[in-house]
Order: sequence, then structure tokens, then C-alpha cells
Amino acid sequence: MDRENFVLDRLLPVATVVLALVAIWYVAAVFLNAPFERDTAARAGTTITFTEILPKTMAQERPVLPAPHQVMAELWDTTVNKAVTSKRSLVYHAWVTLSATLLGFAMGTVLGILLAIGIVHNKAMDRSLMPWVIASQTIPILAIAPMIIVVLNAVGLSGLLPKALISTYLSFFPVVVGMVKGLRSPEQIQLDLMHTYNASSAQTFWKLRWPSSMPYLFTSLKVAVAISLVGAIVGELPTGAVAGLGARLLAGSYYGQTVQIWAALFMAAAVAALLVIIVGIAHSAVLRRMGARA
Amino acid sequence: MSTAPLLSAVVFWLTAWAFNEWLVRQHFRSHAFQRIARAVVPLLFGVTLLVLWEGIVRGFNVPSVLLPPPSAIWQRLVTSLPTLWADFRQTFLKSVITGYILGCGLGFVVAILIDRSPFLQKGLLPLGNFVSALPVIGVAPIMVMWFGFDWQSKVAVVVIMTFFPMLVNTVAGLAAASHMERDLMRTYAANWWQTLVKLRLPAAWPFIFNALKINSTLALIGAIVAEFFGTPIVGMGFRISTEVGRMNVDMVWAEIAVAALAGSIFYGVVALAERAVTFWHPSVRGGQA
Repeated sequence: MDRENFVLDRLLPVATVVLALVAIWYVAAVFLNAPFERDTAARAGTTITFTEILPKTMAQERPVLPAPHQVMAELWDTTVNKAVTSKRSLVYHAWVTLSATLLGFAMGTVLGILLAIGIVHNKAMDRSLMPWVIASQTIPILAIAPMIIVVLNAVGLSGLLPKALISTYLSFFPVVVGMVKGLRSPEQIQLDLMHTYNASSAQTFWKLRWPSSMPYLFTSLKVAVAISLVGAIVGELPTGAVAGLGARLLAGSYYGQTVQIWAALFMAAAVAALLVIIVGIAHSAVLRRMGARA
Repeated sequence: MSTAPLLSAVVFWLTAWAFNEWLVRQHFRSHAFQRIARAVVPLLFGVTLLVLWEGIVRGFNVPSVLLPPPSAIWQRLVTSLPTLWADFRQTFLKSVITGYILGCGLGFVVAILIDRSPFLQKGLLPLGNFVSALPVIGVAPIMVMWFGFDWQSKVAVVVIMTFFPMLVNTVAGLAAASHMERDLMRTYAANWWQTLVKLRLPAAWPFIFNALKINSTLALIGAIVAEFFGTPIVGMGFRISTEVGRMNVDMVWAEIAVAALAGSIFYGVVALAERAVTFWHPSVRGGQA
């Protein structure tokens, strides 16, 4: 794809839609925040015209819907103007969440790959485990995440690990499903070839199954890393968590700090985007090393 | 620590495992037997998990505040059915079903609407994919602020969570019909509407059902988590968070069992509908053979 195409096919449409969304946001902010200004004016015994309301809706302390520039200002204020180690810094909270996410993601990936290897190589495991792996995801684990955190706290596990365990539980599933598919993706003819080479099953695994499962693995990893971030954030919701993006959301909702909630949401979005992009880069790097055309 | 329950659980586990290993190697002459054997293996595995759980909890005398044995959870579930039903009605029937239908319907309609504008598609698709990777659940506190504590705010969360997967999948599905088939419709002088109903929608069903399946679990999660941020004194999320605070862990597990059952049945219904609608698809035909 040459550059002109990129501008016409990707940049322009996306930019248009984003701009439209921001415009809608501003309009919505005016309409949602206007009643508050009218009430204030009515209480003061004055009437207020629309042109007077307009600028005020953009600068409320606790707006129903903060205007985009307010959120951006809050983001800038809490990331750049505060020391990274300060508890008021959003970078600090993001790091707390990110570390739990990464630990959970790593554990989930390892667990998922091990389970997939077992499922591919053992027929009994395949038959008995696979239905339960699928059923395990119909349990709304996110919903019971707070309880798991509390229980693990009671056992003496606190801090990073409980949150990471939630992330593990959420992220192992896409990896198992993707890897089972991937490890089975070599065709019969290729497996037969390995057989004629008198390859042991370990050799078949490392030289055929593992490499051919890579595209599947990375596709699942993208899903897994996004979902483990969600797990870490929800894991921070129960009482007791004082740091992290989830705790920030909860504190914001308790004290009506809408700007803070939106800033935390945007930070979470940025972290998610960053993680997915990193996995994407690793994906194309691995594929290029394996000789695929990008 | 008492060894008898632990030992019997381990013995049961090993026996079940051996039986499963034996069962998957058998080839039954009759079709019916083969089917039963296929169903028994995972069932036995599930029962084994429960027995192991019970054995370990009783064997090591794990305090029931941490992890109650399955039998205690079952007792609790049976004795507090009215409460569980009220919670189920509030969370599942009111929030989840309404939000699921609204969110999926909205995603579907928007996908059809932007179908004729490639420009909008190019703009919305990357955004939709991006939003699908975001922790959308974070909007829950905002929705509770806007729509109040009752089920309306939960519906809003569920709508937002289910909208984007539906949008992205439907757009992808509508593009699934090949050029050859579309050209055929053109030679029949079919208009856009006829092409949509007779060719492109049927071709899109597998994608749409994929989204419906993803959304069935997302919707339940969204509704329950949204209840952590404020709710009237009924609902599954509310019950879970308050009973944890009161250390009634068996009640929490009973609620989880209900949620898991509801989630599985919901998913199962969608999967059955998929089989009925996309009976022609290779993955369905392969499954029945």
C-alpha cells in the first residue's frame, strides 16, 4: 500500500469519524450540563441566556459530562505535572494496573500453551477438558473477581498476585482455544512427512507444530492482553485497593469526580492500545523471522 | 487434618481418570453408545472436580469462610431460592436481556445503515476494533451517575459493551458474500434490498452469531459488574458484594452457581439458534456427522 492510499483509505475516514465524535461530545456536554447552570441561576434569582450558559458548561467543577478539553487538561495535569511516584500521578496508577496485567498475562499465556499441548497430545484430556475450558468462560469471572480478591487477601495473598490471578483466568482461554487450533493446523501430509523422517513426537512438535501455530498464538495473544487488562482493572474495584486505574474509577464515582473518571478511562484506553500494538509488533517480527512476507 | 475424605476423593479421582482414559480408547459398535460415551467423559471430569473440591476442603479443614464445600453451597442454594430468584429477575431478566437485545439490535441496524457508505465503514471499523479491545466496563460508574441506580443504568452498560462486537462482526459478515455471487444477483437485476435479504444476510449469519455468542457472556458480566457501582438492594452483583462483606461466602458461591448456569444456558440457546439458522455452514455440518 503506497502512502496516498494510506491517507485516503485509513487516515481521512478515521479522522472524520473521530472529529464527528468529538463534535457530538461537545454538543452533548452543553446539553447535559446546562440544567445545572439553569438551576444555579434560578436559585440566585436570575435568568440566564443560552450564550451565557455555553461557556459555563465547558468549565464546571463536577460536570455530568466533562468537555473533551477538560479531560485532556486533567490527563496532562496528572501525567506530566505530577511526579511519577506521586499517588496523584496517573502514570503511577497505570503502572500498578499494568504490572498486574503483565504478570497475569504471562501466567495465562504459559498456562494456556501448556493446556493446549496437553489437549493436542492426550485424547482423554481433549475429551474431558475442552468442554470445561469453554464452560469456564460462561462463568462471569469478572463478576466474582472482587470476592476472589477478598478471599485471597484473607489467606494472606495480597498486592499484585490476586489481581494477576484474575487476569490469568481471563487470558488463558483465548490462548488455549487459539493454540489447540494452531497446533492442529499442520496438514496430514506434513505430519506424514515428519513420520517418514522417523521424527519423534518431540521433534514433530518443535519443528512442525510449534512454528505453524505462531500466527494463531499471536492472534489469541492480542485478545488475551486486552482482556487481562480488563481483569486487572476490575480486580482493583473491591474495597481495599488504593492504587491502580480501577481504584481511581471507584474513587471518582464515590466522590462524583467525573473528570477524574474520564481521565482514568482514557488512560486505560491508552494502555490497552499500547499493549495491543506491542503484541502486534512482536507478531510481525516473529513472522518475518520465520520468513513470511509481511 | 483428616485423611479419610481426602483419601477417598483422591481414589475417586484416579478411578475416574483411568475410566476416562479407557473410555476414549473404546470404539462402540452402536452410534448411540458412542454418543453416550462422548458425553460421559466431560461429565465425569466435572463430577471429579467437585469431589476433589469437597475432599480437599474437608480433608484439610479449610474454613468455610475461605472456600465452602460444594455440598454446603448446594444446601444454601436450595434454602434461599426466593432471594436468588429475585436477584436473577433484577439482573438477568431486566438488565441483561433488555441490554442485550438493544445493544445487538443497534449494532446490527447501524451496520446495515453504514453498509452503503464505504467511507463511513473505513472510518468506523478501525474504531470499532479499537473499542473492542478497551476496558469498556469502566463506563459503568458514569452510566450509574447518568441513569440512576436501578436497572436502566445496567442496560446502558450492556448496550455499550455489546454494540461494538455486533457492529464489527455484522460489517465483516456483510462483506463475506463473494464477488461471483454478487454478480449473479446483478444479472438477476436484483436491487440492493433483495441482494441484502437473499444473499448477503444469509452469508453474514455465521459472523452475526459469532458476535451474539461473544455478547451473551459480555452482557452478563457487564450487568453484574455495573451493580458494584450502585444498585437497589436486589441483584446478583449487589448480593455478591454485600455477602462478601458479611463473610457469607456460601451465599456468594450459590449466586455464582446461578450466574454460571444462566450464562451457560444463555450461550447454549444462542448456539442452538445458530445451528438452526446456519445449518448449511461447514462447521455445523461437520459437528453433526
